[in-house]
Amino acid sequence: MVGIVGYGTQIPRYRIRVEEIAKIWGADAPSYKKGLNLLEKSVPAPDEDCATLSVNAARNALLRANINAEEIGAVYVGSESHPYAVKPTGTIVSEAIGACPYVHTADLEFACKAGTEAMFIALHLVKSGVVKYALAIGADTSQGAPGDALEYSASAGAAAFIMGENNLVARLLETDCYMTDTPDFWRREHAYYPEHGGRFTGLPAYVKHTSGAVNAILKKTALKPEDFDYVIFHQPNGKFPIQIALKLGFNEAQYKHGLLTPTLGNTYSGSSPLGLAATLDQARPNEKILLVSYGSGAGSDAFIFETTDRLIDVRDQAPLVRKQLDEYIEYIEYGTYAKFRRKIVKPE
Amino acid sequence: MRDVAIIGIGMMKWGELWEKSLRDIAVEAAINCIEDSGTNRVDSLTIGCMSSGVFNGQEHLASLIPDYLGKKNIPATRVESACASGGLAVRTAFLEVASGMSDYSLAIGVEKMTDISGSMATYALATAADQDYEAFHGVNFPGLYAMIARLHMERYGTTRDQLSEVAVKNHRNGALNPYAQFPQTITREIVANSVMVADPLRLFDCSPITDGAAAVLLTTVEEAKKIKKHPLVTISGIGLASDTIALCNRKDLLKFSAIELSTQVALKMAGKKISNIDFAEVHDCFTIAEIFVIEALGIVKPGQGGPATIDGLTSLEGSFPVNPSGGLKSKGHPVGATGVAQIYEAVSQLRGNSEKRQIKNAKTALTQNMGGSGGSCVVHILETK
Amino acid sequence: MEVPKHWREIPQRYRMEAGKCKECNYISFPKRLICPECGSQSFDPINLSGKGKLVTHTIIRTPHKDFTDLAPYAVGLVELEEGNTIMGQITDCDPQSLKSGDRLKSKFRRMNEEGKTGMILYSYKFVPDNGV
Repeated sequence: MVGIVGYGTQIPRYRIRVEEIAKIWGADAPSYKKGLNLLEKSVPAPDEDCATLSVNAARNALLRANINAEEIGAVYVGSESHPYAVKPTGTIVSEAIGACPYVHTADLEFACKAGTEAMFIALHLVKSGVVKYALAIGADTSQGAPGDALEYSASAGAAAFIMGENNLVARLLETDCYMTDTPDFWRREHAYYPEHGGRFTGLPAYVKHTSGAVNAILKKTALKPEDFDYVIFHQPNGKFPIQIALKLGFNEAQYKHGLLTPTLGNTYSGSSPLGLAATLDQARPNEKILLVSYGSGAGSDAFIFETTDRLIDVRDQAPLVRKQLDEYIEYIEYGTYAKFRRKIVKPE
Repeated sequence: MRDVAIIGIGMMKWGELWEKSLRDIAVEAAINCIEDSGTNRVDSLTIGCMSSGVFNGQEHLASLIPDYLGKKNIPATRVESACASGGLAVRTAFLEVASGMSDYSLAIGVEKMTDISGSMATYALATAADQDYEAFHGVNFPGLYAMIARLHMERYGTTRDQLSEVAVKNHRNGALNPYAQFPQTITREIVANSVMVADPLRLFDCSPITDGAAAVLLTTVEEAKKIKKHPLVTISGIGLASDTIALCNRKDLLKFSAIELSTQVALKMAGKKISNIDFAEVHDCFTIAEIFVIEALGIVKPGQGGPATIDGLTSLEGSFPVNPSGGLKSKGHPVGATGVAQIYEAVSQLRGNSEKRQIKNAKTALTQNMGGSGGSCVVHILETK
Repeated sequence: MEVPKHWREIPQRYRMEAGKCKECNYISFPKRLICPECGSQSFDPINLSGKGKLVTHTIIRTPHKDFTDLAPYAVGLVELEEGNTIMGQITDCDPQSLKSGDRLKSKFRRMNEEGKTGMILYSYKFVPDNGV
């Protein structure tokens, strides 16, 4: 039986409120807050990026996993904001955690589902027996184009999962997926900001693939929504995951612990993985979790996990998601935000 | 070892010398020195310069300077110990003469800092710190001294006013020095209200960026007595010591072993105690530096540097004048030149030539020149009869 | 940019690898060939935990242009749990709120880069140790 041996997260300290962004562009903050179910988002500091968030999340995962990092046989970082276009984030992470040199890596990209794809690969590498442990990370410090709707939500965060066969905090019961070539959101090489299809990102994209993956996994396992204690969806805003949950037959008690976007924003490849981490942070043993990601382009990965007794033993060995979300945070205004996110043109 | 005297001293007004190049100012100081000496003989040359490579893209000063000095075949040495390069050049010239390798040895200290941007100058200065374990982390020299200042204030209760008084005193002295870069008097209010550079040090706690040079000519006492142009001034003691380059590797951040050891060696060689010294030129790269230096030299007890300054002990009229020239703060700090300029001032005072800033009955002087955050220190004891 | 040097510094910057003297247990960070305390030339490897307390610090307000986005920022001397002291930037805090004795821990952070196209440098920095 394979599953999660340890998990860890890293969320930046800084926050910017919807009002701050709306003020600059002369937009109506209340309607954004209501329409997106979003209050504020995380902002990475100038000395943070996808690699630093990944390393700090991975180190927290190691605190819970309690393994020797040299035994990790593969490291996969899924992101759409890797620091280099050519030179993997995975090598930086592997060196920083002490997994080198006998370790596989290559970076993943699939918009917001690169992190869960990394999880899928890591779990099955362990299942195949070819590695003892594999590390999967979803991390992003994505940019939203100034004045665009996505600027309110594009945020930063990372979640890391060490997969193995023993001493699990959560067993993997099943996976499935649903993927097509759907152009709802993309970024060309050398473009600084992504482009998206507006309302096209709803039904033909997010809804179709998320539902497709959920229906497939429920059919495969003969399970029903009420069989789950928790469900986590990809959460680009605070609205979509609630709408899809209710549409598919889930309720608030199931989705509320994994819904972070209202005060975090959309951490892209970190989005549903962070929701899973927040869920694990407070789950009891032997509870069933359904995790469904979504990445534009487009596809969804679905996972069913079941928590173990060991989760309770190791949970407090690393910082909890809610603690990072709610405590020791600092609000910044748009000028600092623009400086941090390098939107200010400087001399060469 | 033969006994060594200083027979010639030369410098010029320091500041932002846009029209003069590195070689121009080095040679100008040397010309003034040789003219002052009453002789034309130079057997060897030592140049103290911290970073002509970074500031000016020019190394190999040991060829450039003798060439432009019109003495193109003489043996020359370039020495470097960050901000102690000048003092080290004087010590090296002393060794040339004392050992018998040269009869007349010239030491020139020079730094031309204003050809590059302020940002690049900060980078060049930071090479005096540990590049990979201090400068890499974004600390600069005001920052390193600021950390020392914070500790000094926490341990001894040193105050903002006491730091400010160092700058006020040195400007008061520098206003009497025709060569000083900033010969303006200031007040404690001006210092305390100047912009913060690295907490708790402010702009007026920091010595400036300066272009400048100074030169001294050394020979044997025997030769000096023949020339007899000036009262005889000898170097009776020298000490040189090193300490860890990085602050983090010192067990007690307020114990400056390089200063203490070099002072002990110099005083011992001269057969003197600190109480025998009439005045000192010390390395006030930052106001806090003068405070901890006078403690390390033994002029005052540890922690008493601030109170002593406020009480006027170290003023021109005080019982132990410190930095009659105006110090690095008012006179300027062209890095490699500073140590040589300290000798210039000491000689000038001992000869009785310091005019408005003359210290009465000055017979014995101490100069203290240190590099980086105290990683190296050279002390000279000079005497006249 | 000195690519080989920055690569060579990875064990120190990414993993805080240090050397513990076999004779006198003095910890040298970075590793050295000669123990500065006893002169011995044999060491055991040790990875520092990154946890410690603030000895002294300053707030840099006029940094080199590579660091202007973070200014004003704190740099300090941190006495680590293992007993040795190192220098580092302190981030994720209001620099004015720092006091000598504050408990800190290390985090992996982006230190610098050579323009838009050059190498990115990572290193340890310190943050207040408050459970996140």
